[in-house]
Amino acid sequence: MSEPLIRVVDLKRSYALGDVTVHALRGVSLDIAAGAFFAVVGASGSGKSTLMNILGLLDRPTSGSYHLDGQDVSGFDRDRRAELRNKKIGFVFQNFSLLPRTTALENVELPLLYNGRGQRPAERHAKALSLLQAVGIGERADHTPNQLSGGQQQRVAIARSLVNDPELVLADEPTGNLDSRTSVEIMEILQRLNREQGITVLLITHEHDIAEYATRVVTVRDGRILTDEPVTRRRDAAVELAALPPVEAEA
Amino acid sequence: MGIRETFRLALRAIRRNKVRSALTMLGVIIGVASVIAMIALGSGARAIIDEQIQSQGTTLIYLSSGSFGGPGRAHGGSGSITTLTMEDAEAIAREIPTVGLWTPGMRGRAQLIAGNNNWNSSIEGGNEDFLAVRNWVIAEGANFTARDVLVAEKVCLLGATVATTLFPDQDPVGQVSRVRNMPFRVVGVLAAKGQGQWGQDQDDFVLAPWTTVQKKLLGINYIHQVSFTAKTSELVEPTAVAITRLMRARHRSPGPEQDDFSVRTVEEMAATRVQMASTMNGLLMSVASVSLLVGGIGIMNIMLVSVTERTREIGVRMAVGARTGDVLKQFLAEAVALSLVGGLAGILLGIGVSEAITTSLGWPVLITTSSILIAFAFSAAVGIFFGWYPARKAANLDPIEALRYE
Repeated sequence: MSEPLIRVVDLKRSYALGDVTVHALRGVSLDIAAGAFFAVVGASGSGKSTLMNILGLLDRPTSGSYHLDGQDVSGFDRDRRAELRNKKIGFVFQNFSLLPRTTALENVELPLLYNGRGQRPAERHAKALSLLQAVGIGERADHTPNQLSGGQQQRVAIARSLVNDPELVLADEPTGNLDSRTSVEIMEILQRLNREQGITVLLITHEHDIAEYATRVVTVRDGRILTDEPVTRRRDAAVELAALPPVEAEA
Repeated sequence: MGIRETFRLALRAIRRNKVRSALTMLGVIIGVASVIAMIALGSGARAIIDEQIQSQGTTLIYLSSGSFGGPGRAHGGSGSITTLTMEDAEAIAREIPTVGLWTPGMRGRAQLIAGNNNWNSSIEGGNEDFLAVRNWVIAEGANFTARDVLVAEKVCLLGATVATTLFPDQDPVGQVSRVRNMPFRVVGVLAAKGQGQWGQDQDDFVLAPWTTVQKKLLGINYIHQVSFTAKTSELVEPTAVAITRLMRARHRSPGPEQDDFSVRTVEEMAATRVQMASTMNGLLMSVASVSLLVGGIGIMNIMLVSVTERTREIGVRMAVGARTGDVLKQFLAEAVALSLVGGLAGILLGIGVSEAITTSLGWPVLITTSSILIAFAFSAAVGIFFGWYPARKAANLDPIEALRYE
């Protein structure tokens, strides 16, 4: 295999909390190939959120190097990281992080406003709408988040993460606030994106059964990688979904 | 993000909190409205002063008895000093070649009676050039003659107010009016001039030959003042200086401290009034600016609240790629939009208030394009100035903490 999409070497991150220095990451090295479906598992306080923030370019490591798509990004300043987040990374959060009182369509369009391409509104609407249709809620494009269920909100968030055609989707506990059926639905979408479009998915979770939708699982504890192994019996969300009894449409 | 996109977003954010936005704008609205109204009042006052200068004649020079003297020195006002005489006036007219027309002047109050009507007015004395010197026009009848002055004839000209009060139903010319119980023949009526510089009625007076007024009505042997015209408007200043010099020589006065007279030109008096008007206006303007300032602080306050409330939104925007400048622009645009919308409303309100002042109080106002532009620019500046700090605060938020903010 050629150059991995993500390569981090001896990543360390510490915070000063008053007089105490907290070591959130104590030296993490990882390679993630392009097109992988990768899961990071760990309890809260294990350092997985810190790892995700650094990989998502929201934070900078105290030391160590981070190459994204062959480019050393560990020294990038705020604005260059923002630009890279916009172009290469899509975020899906546990709490959906949609703008309130803003329609699903406009939420999906949000990253387009910052991509510097100066697209016309009609162009943006078309792109956003096609993504909402792809995640199955095209008919709710003009609904605001409080008119949508949790599963629907997460679909909007996934559509938003894809709108700038990123190479990497970072999903931070994407099913944490969802019931089990909706969780399977969301994982089905992520697996489909990974399979059909070759988008690299990085899943952060504390649930081992959710991690089994990935092809490879890394366990983090106390700021270090504990285990790093391929998933032997990978779950297929599409198959599970077909096996579930049909329910009446979501509200 | 383009500038249009940014402002579209800002206007939407403002509409989302209608009541709050309206209350925030109120400070700017009141500030801008008062600035507009103050400038309108000031310009109106100035326009009126200019008009009055024209109506009095710009080449007029007044020589009055009494002096405005120096500070801390007791002095009598015009009229209480008895040293100004007709000989002074004649000497000036004879010896200063740049003097054009002139007339002596004296003033007293008198009860006027005509038929069943009576009226207390002022009676002024002058010579046959009085009308030309003071820019009066005869509406009906004719001026009194040099002979009338010479023989102290009991004839008079009525100001428009006096004419309509004493003779409401008939032509006053040729009628007899009693002035302090002496019968005076009305030879003419003056055209109305309207309100004077201090708001007094300029048409409420009776004009008679100065000889008649001096000897028969007031019983004095001095005069109150002399009005001269300079031959051209350029000659006003040198003529006034020459008059002062000659008067000092005649009255043996070594300098301004000892003068028992004063010389003023209409231009000087107008300048004083313009000065007073603009001082007053400046005072009112500074009060108006204070409310604009308070309005700006209100905007800053509400923007700070807004930044805190929308910390999550800022975090989301940063996560999906908003740069420092994008967030800064967004919040700055909101502050500017608040103050500009407030400014526009304030301009409309200010125009409304100015109109209301004109119709209810009758004060002249003049709304200028420049005052509207100034108000508009000012409110934009207020938005940028007071929006900068909150916008900076928003732009410098840490994306991780902003995303996690509850």
